[in-house]
Amino acid sequence: MGLAYRLPLLSTETTANIVSLLRIVIILTIAGSAISSRLFAVIRHESIIHEFDPWFNFRATKVLTSDGYYRFWNWFDPTAWYPLGRAAGGTLYPGLMATSGAIHNFLKAINLPVDIRNICVLLAPGFSGLTAWATYMFTATMKDDAAGLLAAAFIGIAPGYISRSVAGSYDNEAIAIFLLMITFYLWIKALKDGSALWGTVCALFYFYMVAAWGGYVFITNLIPLHVFALLCMGRYSNRAYVAYSSWYAVGTLASMQVPFVGFQPMRSSEHMAALGVFGLLQLVAFAELVRSHIPSRQFKVFLFGFVVTIFGIAFSGLVALTYAGYVAPWTGRFYSLWDTGYAKKHIPIIASVSEHQPPAWPAFFFDLEMLIFLFPAGVYLLFRELRDEHVFVILYAVMASYFAGVMVRLMLTLTPVVCVSAAVAISTLLDTYLDPQEPDSAEEQAEALSAAAIGDAGKIAARGPAASGGKKTKGAAVPPPTQHGAAPTAQQQAANAALGDIQTPDAAPSKVQAFKTGRESRGVYGLDTRALVSVYTLVLLLIFVLHCTFVTSTAYSSPSVVLSSRNPDGSQHIIDDFREAYYWLRQNTKSDAKVMSWWDYGYQISGMADRPTLVDNNTWNNTHIATVGKAMSSPEDKALPILRQHDVDYILIIFGGLLGYSGDDINKFLWMIRISQGIWPDEIKEADFFTANGQFKIDDEASKTMRESLMYKMSYYRFNELYGGRPGMDRVRGTAAATTGPTLDVLDEAFTSSNWIVRIYQVKPEDPLGRDLPSANAFDSGKRRKRPAAGTAATGAGGPKGRKTRRAST
Amino acid sequence: MPPKRTASGPAPPVVATAGSSSTAREAAASSPLVTLQRSYLAHTPARLRLLDAFMAFLVLSGVLQFVYCIAISNFPLNSFIAGFASTVGQFVLCASLRIQANEANAAEFPKNSPERAFGDFLFASVVLHFFVVNFLG
Repeated sequence: MGLAYRLPLLSTETTANIVSLLRIVIILTIAGSAISSRLFAVIRHESIIHEFDPWFNFRATKVLTSDGYYRFWNWFDPTAWYPLGRAAGGTLYPGLMATSGAIHNFLKAINLPVDIRNICVLLAPGFSGLTAWATYMFTATMKDDAAGLLAAAFIGIAPGYISRSVAGSYDNEAIAIFLLMITFYLWIKALKDGSALWGTVCALFYFYMVAAWGGYVFITNLIPLHVFALLCMGRYSNRAYVAYSSWYAVGTLASMQVPFVGFQPMRSSEHMAALGVFGLLQLVAFAELVRSHIPSRQFKVFLFGFVVTIFGIAFSGLVALTYAGYVAPWTGRFYSLWDTGYAKKHIPIIASVSEHQPPAWPAFFFDLEMLIFLFPAGVYLLFRELRDEHVFVILYAVMASYFAGVMVRLMLTLTPVVCVSAAVAISTLLDTYLDPQEPDSAEEQAEALSAAAIGDAGKIAARGPAASGGKKTKGAAVPPPTQHGAAPTAQQQAANAALGDIQTPDAAPSKVQAFKTGRESRGVYGLDTRALVSVYTLVLLLIFVLHCTFVTSTAYSSPSVVLSSRNPDGSQHIIDDFREAYYWLRQNTKSDAKVMSWWDYGYQISGMADRPTLVDNNTWNNTHIATVGKAMSSPEDKALPILRQHDVDYILIIFGGLLGYSGDDINKFLWMIRISQGIWPDEIKEADFFTANGQFKIDDEASKTMRESLMYKMSYYRFNELYGGRPGMDRVRGTAAATTGPTLDVLDEAFTSSNWIVRIYQVKPEDPLGRDLPSANAFDSGKRRKRPAAGTAATGAGGPKGRKTRRAST
Repeated sequence: MPPKRTASGPAPPVVATAGSSSTAREAAASSPLVTLQRSYLAHTPARLRLLDAFMAFLVLSGVLQFVYCIAISNFPLNSFIAGFASTVGQFVLCASLRIQANEANAAEFPKNSPERAFGDFLFASVVLHFFVVNFLG
């Protein structure tokens, strides 16, 4: 056996020391780069909470740190969902807030007082370092340390994960992915060792995960699926029983301690797979015990008479309970993952969220770059050497790929498994091409054969790397200690697959026959091939780093609160309309002024403006949201009673027409209409808002209903004045606005931000003389009231005319 | 599930292989349950029987609670779940301990001695009961 290149001769101890030192340094470096690549937004702009949901988490964390844990647990928030209020303590996942609260208290205890905002902003980058470590541990159990380090490096910078965990993105996913990986790692460890201790520790981290993120349902279904697959493959082992039972018994009870989850693990269909597999495992374990006691013929009788009956009864019982309503069916949010058309038809509020749409192919390449095409290769390699834990990764890969294909947002759960299996693929490649061993020539094969007569293939394989002294070769050359691959064929394949350089005892003596049977010594000859492939892989890896940095820097590091653009000279132009408007609300309105807006902005208003809102991003009450949608899409006279009923003082809308900010309320208007149409199909009709040709237009051709709707009027009020009375140019819709701008009778413009992005209107108080608001408005603008010949109806007719005169005068 | 036995270690225990000749012929005449009972009494060590007795007690306690819940009331549902989950959880932890402490399974658990298994059992039970007490309300 020749060597392609010499390895330095070091003692085993020195090698071990160097390896462990390198490992620590590499992991620390990975954690460092994971953290630093998430800081673009903080360095470019400022340390601020991004997006919408994190504002609620931030506010809840402030409650936790200022009022203490018990007050937070029972926190009732009277300012959200204005007439209703929200029992926030029982309707949130407290894991995130508890984590940053604990860090805050710890830092305070060691006299390092850090503002809670900074802890919240930097929590996600900090946990991404831990995620890298957990992924390393997970992958190391799948293959070896080398693959683990690669996987850690991948997940440290993969944009699919960065997109949800940049600094300032203080969302549940920030800690959830770490908990997901550590729970999976502990599960695999518990399964391999068959240890109740690790099963319980896994349950504890599962509990933490339940407390942190609604995606815990993924774990609750994946682990039972893994066990069930093992059972179906005939791989039941007592270790699986010990691990799963201890995990389920402790984990389920623990998960019920979270108030938001409550009795769901007993009652909802999402959790029934875990319960079913738990029951099945008890039966199988009992059957195994019985089998050790009675002969096999009788055992068959027993198996069919007892086990199959009980399983059948239990399964049909579950189905019956589901139909009878004791077990809740799938909730819409999960059901829409299976029936992908369901949400659009029945629950528009789920379909209206942009991240609930299916992704296109480029999204996968954009978020995962080369990992996405190494991913199937890694899964294939895991298939070839199918250990119990590999089944887990394969199932995880299949399930997560499906879910990521259905919903953009679930790309996040796909990213870890892509990193793991891509790391397996790359490290197998590097193992093969960095290994200095040359395959045997024909004469050497004969020697190997004689050696094989002494020991079996496994022993040679084990001795091979020891002789060469190369630590690197270990992973590739040693056939892994399979639990179930003890059959000679499996070992042969493993040995052959490893390098092809070690011949099994029954290797064919003649070369022709060896070639026919495919056992011709295959492998890598010479330094040039090795160098070519290794350098090419290295270049791939480097390009991956460049891609990740580029994507993170350009796409995922903008705090949506602050918009930035570039001036022609390259300097940065910051558009800060949101905070301008929110702080205006905060400083210039009464502290109990109710603000009505579309639900997207609910959290930001209560977080930044500190005012009560009617609806917010926690969309628990669809009817209330539909009420707001109805008020927005009704004409003024119909909207006013709704506004009065809900004590609305201010209405806040987002208008991007002047600046070309596309995420504005006119673009969301159709969803408002659809959601309110679902509740009041008689009053709000989507078709009324389209032109005769079925187009959604805002210019002169816009339908009458559209032009009379409150949202349209608020958006384009005084818009033409900016253009000197000519129709203004709407830069989002790309058309001119209507020639005559809308007029408002029941609202006053209270504030418009400098780029017209946020417009705030005040609901007029009742007229002191008891007139209705349109006629009072007409009187104020100097329009003479018509002869009361037509009685009260005349006031209505006087309105529009009066308005027209006023418009002409301005 | 035949592959499992061959894979997971040396000879499957007791009757199926060892006492095949005489007992099997005897057993063929009687029902499986009688064979099971005889074989159990003949081949189970005392400490495993002790564990089995405890598990039987847990089953009894669980059944009683369940009957109470069905027949009378499940009113404080969390208390019922806490009590029932404690018996179920304790049962499966005992079963885990029994599996690990059973010498016939020693090959399957190279890392876990019976003492270690007992330590695991203690830890898991303490954690379980912490959650039970917390959930009782």
